Amino acid sequence: MKLRVDPLKCQGHARCFALVPELFDVDEYGMSSVKGDGTVAPALEERARLAVANCPEFAIEEINGAAPAS
Amino acid sequence: MARTSPVTDWAVDFDVLDQDYVADPFRIWDDLRQRCPIAHTDRRGSTWLPTRYEDVTAIAHDVDHFSSLEVAVIPFDGEEPEDPVLPYGLPPISADPPLHTWTRRLLLPWFSHARVDSYEAMTRDLCISLVDGFLGHGQADAAADYAQQIPVRVIAAILGVSDSHADMFTGWVRDVLEFADDPERRVRGVEGLINYFLEEIEHRRVQPGEDLLSMLLHSEVDGVPVEESVVLGTAALVLIAGVDTTWSAIGSSLWHLATNLDDRKRLVAEPDLMPFAVEELLRAYSPVTMARIVTKDVEYAHCPMRAGDKILMNFPAANRDPEAFEDPDKVVLDRAVNRHVAFGSGIHRCAGSNLARMELRVALEEWLRRIPEFHLTDAAEVTWAGGQVRGPRILPVTFP
Repeated sequence: MKLRVDPLKCQGHARCFALVPELFDVDEYGMSSVKGDGTVAPALEERARLAVANCPEFAIEEINGAAPAS
Repeated sequence: MARTSPVTDWAVDFDVLDQDYVADPFRIWDDLRQRCPIAHTDRRGSTWLPTRYEDVTAIAHDVDHFSSLEVAVIPFDGEEPEDPVLPYGLPPISADPPLHTWTRRLLLPWFSHARVDSYEAMTRDLCISLVDGFLGHGQADAAADYAQQIPVRVIAAILGVSDSHADMFTGWVRDVLEFADDPERRVRGVEGLINYFLEEIEHRRVQPGEDLLSMLLHSEVDGVPVEESVVLGTAALVLIAGVDTTWSAIGSSLWHLATNLDDRKRLVAEPDLMPFAVEELLRAYSPVTMARIVTKDVEYAHCPMRAGDKILMNFPAANRDPEAFEDPDKVVLDRAVNRHVAFGSGIHRCAGSNLARMELRVALEEWLRRIPEFHLTDAAEVTWAGGQVRGPRILPVTFP
């Protein structure tokens, strides 16, 4: 599982960071991004899905396969 | 506050200050969503009221057609001054880009996750001392003695102004937000805030501190000092937006826990649920409705919206939409899928959302830790404010 935060959609609600700080960073303006390349360790997958399901801006995408969405 | 005639059809003549709406807007939204999801009224000018999640969020994102230059739910019906002290209103909330963008960037770092963590100990101490004040009495007004006392003091500390004026601040903010249909009170609140901050600004010109107000005053954007009217508007915004709103969320949450025994017991028994419970209570009892102004004629969802019409950004109704939330009228403390928009949606997402969440969580933690059992003293005594901000204002509870 691999995630990406769409920087054009993110508005800084920071729900993802609150739910899974292991996977997300948040800057001083509240904007979120994935840590590293966004790969989710199997043990964190359930909580990662929770982050996706709680983003009010629908800004977190699951990237399937190797090629990230542009 | 019954200054207008009763509503007979909510779809074509709604009134958000109607006592039925203030007391129980949920049934009205359910009815509207099914037969007319965007209601209209000509009371206080042509105004639209969306009730579906999809519509509210779509309008919030269309900043081209829907401007934030007028965000007050109740328009001012007194005389506008010819030479306004606040030509830009209260940026960034009452601004569109580009003013919105840079004023918001000045504020956001003060409400970042890291910064909000540093306000938590102070908030907790405050909550503890408030509970100390009434714990032995066996009863308290959970709104006036507790909820109302918390956010105003935290915001005062962030702004760098004395919390000994907390009651005065609360009075002005209520004048502006809750008594907005009374021109005399509204003017009193606005003038009180303006005159207070003008004096505080003068002090900080001479003696700047480490506070938000000093930072605003000594900020430069692209090499140009920020205008005093922007500093004034932004400082007033932080107080107005940071007081009534969060206090309402704390009060509504305590009302819910006072009237829903199972949820209260569960939250006491399972404190790990608190972060989820906070989000769920924010969803179910979202306090804030904002407004937008239509910039150019547009037909949205078959509604002929005209330039100058107002749209009420009904985030509370969006959060009760069955299309967006399973079983929306049920409070599910551990709700797993919760994309609520209590803090808005799009570029105007509440700048203080991290702070509000922390305050609500700490307020509930400290209350439940000391007062795990409580109930309404008399349901008939409970009063609610509505319109721009909904929450209990008198909330007497009894505890062993």
